[in-house]
Amino acid sequence: MTEHTENGVHIASMRLLVGIMIALMFGTWLTVSVTHFDLGALNIWIGLAIATVKAILVGLYFMHLRWDKPFNAFVFISAFAFLALFVGFATMDTAHYQEVIIPGWPLS
Amino acid sequence: MAAQHPDEGHDPNLAHHFESAQQQYQAAKLGMWLFLATEILFFGGLLVAYTVYRGNHPEVFIFGAHFLDTSLGALNTVVLIFSSFTIAWAVRAAQLKQIKLLKWLIIATMLCAFAFLSVKYVEYSAKWKHGLLWAGSYDPHVDHEEAYEIIGVEREIHTGEADIEIVEIEEIQQVGEGEIVEPIAAEIEIDAAPQVADPDRSTIAPAAQGPAGLAEPAAPVDPDAIPVEPGNAKVFFSIYFLMTGLHGIHVLGGIVAMLWLLKCLRRGDFDGGHFTKVDMVALYWHVVDIIWIYLFLLLYLID
Repeated sequence: MTEHTENGVHIASMRLLVGIMIALMFGTWLTVSVTHFDLGALNIWIGLAIATVKAILVGLYFMHLRWDKPFNAFVFISAFAFLALFVGFATMDTAHYQEVIIPGWPLS
Repeated sequence: MAAQHPDEGHDPNLAHHFESAQQQYQAAKLGMWLFLATEILFFGGLLVAYTVYRGNHPEVFIFGAHFLDTSLGALNTVVLIFSSFTIAWAVRAAQLKQIKLLKWLIIATMLCAFAFLSVKYVEYSAKWKHGLLWAGSYDPHVDHEEAYEIIGVEREIHTGEADIEIVEIEEIQQVGEGEIVEPIAAEIEIDAAPQVADPDRSTIAPAAQGPAGLAEPAAPVDPDAIPVEPGNAKVFFSIYFLMTGLHGIHVLGGIVAMLWLLKCLRRGDFDGGHFTKVDMVALYWHVVDIIWIYLFLLLYLID
């Protein structure tokens, strides 16, 4: 039982909007709490995962992507895909950068 | 101009080159999504700078993040999430032609934007006061009226009659969870008798050193305990100010867009249920929220 405008655009229900907001607040609390545990390199990935879930909730419900034409979602997701390529290639280059190419040189 | 037009008397909200209101709405929305995609890529350049520099020098970020106030950052996250909720609600109100509610929801969202900028102002001014700024302006210093602790550093003297000499007095101040340490000009009290070179000891260094042998190598540095400021700490603050500054400009842009919405509302643009403008501003505002969710994590929560 969902509401629609005269153009047939979906109207998000109040219950849904409030629910998403609470979920986002909970996610923020979770992100801050997780940093109190030292999990080494895992910390940043857990943080990024929670942030991404929050971003997906905003996109799907607050931004109506769930009821929108899939092409709009495609446009938006493609931006993130190209961003991932950009970051990925830059990191690959950084990871292969050697400070010392010939051990022992230059002589100091 | 009183030129005759074939379809005079058409819906004033429908541009001529669109077949239907629905097509017009979908076209506006697609344009908006394309714009939002470029916004993500706009911040992407800064994100790459962040990733590459943090990959190379994680200690700089751990050091710098200590000076950011996590609770203020969390407060701003809550404020932005709440404003995302109010603007999403505003879209619903516009769709249902609840004009009065729509007006208050737009105002509420704007107030949240101002609250966000006020908190940001408090944070920026704390950094400004202590010289925790970008590249060339980076010059951390203690505010002498606020400095909470003064510690004298003592050095042992192995020759002479007295045992110690005070060589340095440091002033320490807490900023966020970090500390700025600054040596201050102080009278150096010398308890020691004047140093006289030991006549039996040669001042010429030995010619060669023996092999290190089986000596224990130096203990690895614990990255969580960085006692001194790493070189290039200024780079963290450059990245911090660029990322949060660009985001802050977007918040300002959001305020302007919402003022425009209020003007349209007074003009009666939304009375007939034409919610496209509200929807587009809301989409923009949600992206500002999404970007902050990541900035909060990447800048404040590194410990």
